Amino acid sequence: MAASGGRGLSPARRRKRTRLYLVLGGLAFLALAVGLVLAGFRDNIVFFFGPSEVAAGKVDPGRTFRLGGLVKDGSLARPGGTDGAVLFTVTDNAAEVRVRFAGLLPDLFREGQGIVALGALDGEGLFVADEVLAKHDENYMPAEAVEAMKRAGTWQHGEGGPGTAEPGYAPEGQ
Amino acid sequence: MIAELGHFALALAAAVALVQAVVPMLGAARGDGAMMAAAAPAALVQFGVLGIAFAALMHAYITSDFSVLNVIENSHSLKPLLYKVAGTWGNHEGSLLLWVTVLALFGALVAVFGRNLPPSLKARTLSVQALITLGFLVFMLLTSNPFARVFPPPIEGTDLNPLLQDPGLAFHPPMLYVGYVGLSISFSFAVAALIEGKVDAAWARWVRPWTLLAWTFLTAGIALGSWWAYYELGWGGFWYWDPVENASFMPWLAATALLHSAIVVEKRDTLKSWTILLAIIAFGLSLIGTFLVRSGVLTSVHAFASDPDRGIFILLLLVVAIGGSLGLYAWRAPGLQGGGLFRPVSREGALVLNNLLLSAAAATVFVGTLYPLFLEVLTDDKISVGPPYFNLTFTPIMGVLVIALGVGAMLPWKRGDLGAVTRRLTVACVVTAVLMGLAALLYWQRSALAVAGLGMAAWLAAATLTQLWQRVRPTARIGVGEGVRRMAGLPRAAWGMTLAHLGVAVIVAGATGASLLTQETISSGGPGDRFTVGDYAFTLESVDRVAGPNYAAERGTFRVTDAETGDEIATLHGERRRYVAGGQETTEAGIRSDLGGDLYAVLGQPTDDGGWTVRLYRKPLVPWLWIGSGLLVLGGLFSLSDRRLRVGAPRRSGTRAGGVARTQPAE
Repeated sequence: MAASGGRGLSPARRRKRTRLYLVLGGLAFLALAVGLVLAGFRDNIVFFFGPSEVAAGKVDPGRTFRLGGLVKDGSLARPGGTDGAVLFTVTDNAAEVRVRFAGLLPDLFREGQGIVALGALDGEGLFVADEVLAKHDENYMPAEAVEAMKRAGTWQHGEGGPGTAEPGYAPEGQ
Repeated sequence: MIAELGHFALALAAAVALVQAVVPMLGAARGDGAMMAAAAPAALVQFGVLGIAFAALMHAYITSDFSVLNVIENSHSLKPLLYKVAGTWGNHEGSLLLWVTVLALFGALVAVFGRNLPPSLKARTLSVQALITLGFLVFMLLTSNPFARVFPPPIEGTDLNPLLQDPGLAFHPPMLYVGYVGLSISFSFAVAALIEGKVDAAWARWVRPWTLLAWTFLTAGIALGSWWAYYELGWGGFWYWDPVENASFMPWLAATALLHSAIVVEKRDTLKSWTILLAIIAFGLSLIGTFLVRSGVLTSVHAFASDPDRGIFILLLLVVAIGGSLGLYAWRAPGLQGGGLFRPVSREGALVLNNLLLSAAAATVFVGTLYPLFLEVLTDDKISVGPPYFNLTFTPIMGVLVIALGVGAMLPWKRGDLGAVTRRLTVACVVTAVLMGLAALLYWQRSALAVAGLGMAAWLAAATLTQLWQRVRPTARIGVGEGVRRMAGLPRAAWGMTLAHLGVAVIVAGATGASLLTQETISSGGPGDRFTVGDYAFTLESVDRVAGPNYAAERGTFRVTDAETGDEIATLHGERRRYVAGGQETTEAGIRSDLGGDLYAVLGQPTDDGGWTVRLYRKPLVPWLWIGSGLLVLGGLFSLSDRRLRVGAPRRSGTRAGGVARTQPAE
């Protein structure tokens, strides 16, 4: 309809009409983008919880969330088996959660280090992780692990969290 | 001594930047030719001085000067030379130094190649560029001095994070920075044009090569980073929607849109104020990316150190640069005169659609990346937005873009006929249908979405080739041989477009294969054990201890055979390395690539029963990702080499009147 109706218009009217198309097109795409974003947010936002909150029953089994904290010393077991799963305990120095993970642990995964795991609780309180992340830079702690300890009230300043490490070199690193 | 020289050079550069920012701008306002002419030499001096500072830091790294704090924290005398050099930018201070050096490099390039620019535009552009440089130099001098000394110096350094000790990553930051920071030139041109109050075809012609150059490097940098993540992290993915990746991807999306809208300004003298806005947004997103990565609000391999002061300073820079330029835009843009008219169905209309889709895609990435940060600041909730969000929002938008691209590139300027274009695409439709049928036979069981993805790739490739062919052979009266001969005569920019669009098609196919058709097995076992992945059988032959220059490793040897016939296919070596200096461990995947896909084997940690965890993949079409990225880069280079777009050299009209070079309007 625009092809036949636009021919007799003055340049100014036609320019306005072009602008109208542009604005309408822009609005349509804005609506599309907003719709997609809202739909994306509804199902795919993942909340973070620390071990104490898990112990307090704040998370229902089956709900995906991020668990952060320290890997408890001496808790790591690698029974092997067909899926090569490992078991370890995540602690915030107040409460503990046992974690099962079938996959490759990140290179910087150590006992005593901070980690973040993505997964859900099964019915028996075991956290089944789909993904385990350790901070790439081992001088620092993942922010989430610090957060877990802060929430549990066991965080001590100077434990090596972001922003607390002294900008010096580590002579013991040799 | 050399470190002090570097520090002094930084301070000197800040002084030069101040002069370069103030004098030419005043000169342009007063119409004082001598003051405007100060811009070019100042830009060259600026680059020279920063080059000295950069060389001084690199010297400290190469000679392992452990009296410099930065070198202690990021280097080690046993490190191979390549990584000593790469260590220069593998840390917070050094990467900022690279940032400002690239800023100055682009200023110098404009000074050298921009001889034909109107003096006032050139003066203002270089002045804006110097303002950005000044901001970053002050930031460095106040909070991040790369040349700080330590007394007494230690005997040995603490080494560069071993994950970063890799050829792919050695060159990833410089490439990315040339791209990121290169967008500053489009930004400076846009701000200068707003001050001048004039945007015309000539302006677009000057800006486009710089945008193209930045875009090409940005593409290469992102692709290198993705390639590195794929083979180095050992997780087998090529894109994680990590905020740091998004930080480089958003400017890329905006730059891609800018590249296309600048064509409309150049050819049709319309969409001016939108193009200016895009130039501001593209560089604004680069600055936001720098803020995200450098301020420590994100924790990742790229966030070297976190210091709240630094974050606040960069945030301030961000607010001044983006807020200031958008304010200027709001004030001056309404005065820009619109030009050529066009119908919704036309090349212009298609390019507008391209811009809308790319902007919408950039917006969804922006929201997904920054929403968790905002939420954490406003409430105490800590959330994360992962790949599922991006798959749901970004992917459909790009799907529409890929389908529309096939049609849009065929439309003529001003007014097009959708029916005629569809008829010309009949062959492409048939080819797509046949290839989709084949893909469905092979993969329908595994993933119907994958069939759709491969179909889109086939469609885009077929439509792009059709477009190229019909350009040289518009009617059947021209013989096939004549058509082929005419191809050689096509402008390089046309080849650039074809290559880049083909690159997109190849990447779509690669991404489909890598994300939807991958087969993986995670298991554990010892030497002699056999694991099946799809049609392949991996046998762990042995695990040996080997020593590298600055690490010791466990190397697993995997023999890959056809699961049915038992034919030998490949032998892969997956390593776990432990670095001597820092004690960090890294995983080196064993990969065998061919056109059909990759075989990928990772040796994991030892298990309690004396075996090892293993992770094995068959990843179809992954090499297509790198081939497609290569085509994009090649397309960018082809376009850049086009005579009509020779960097900063618009065609002269032959006469100079009053010192102002006249340029011909775009044809």
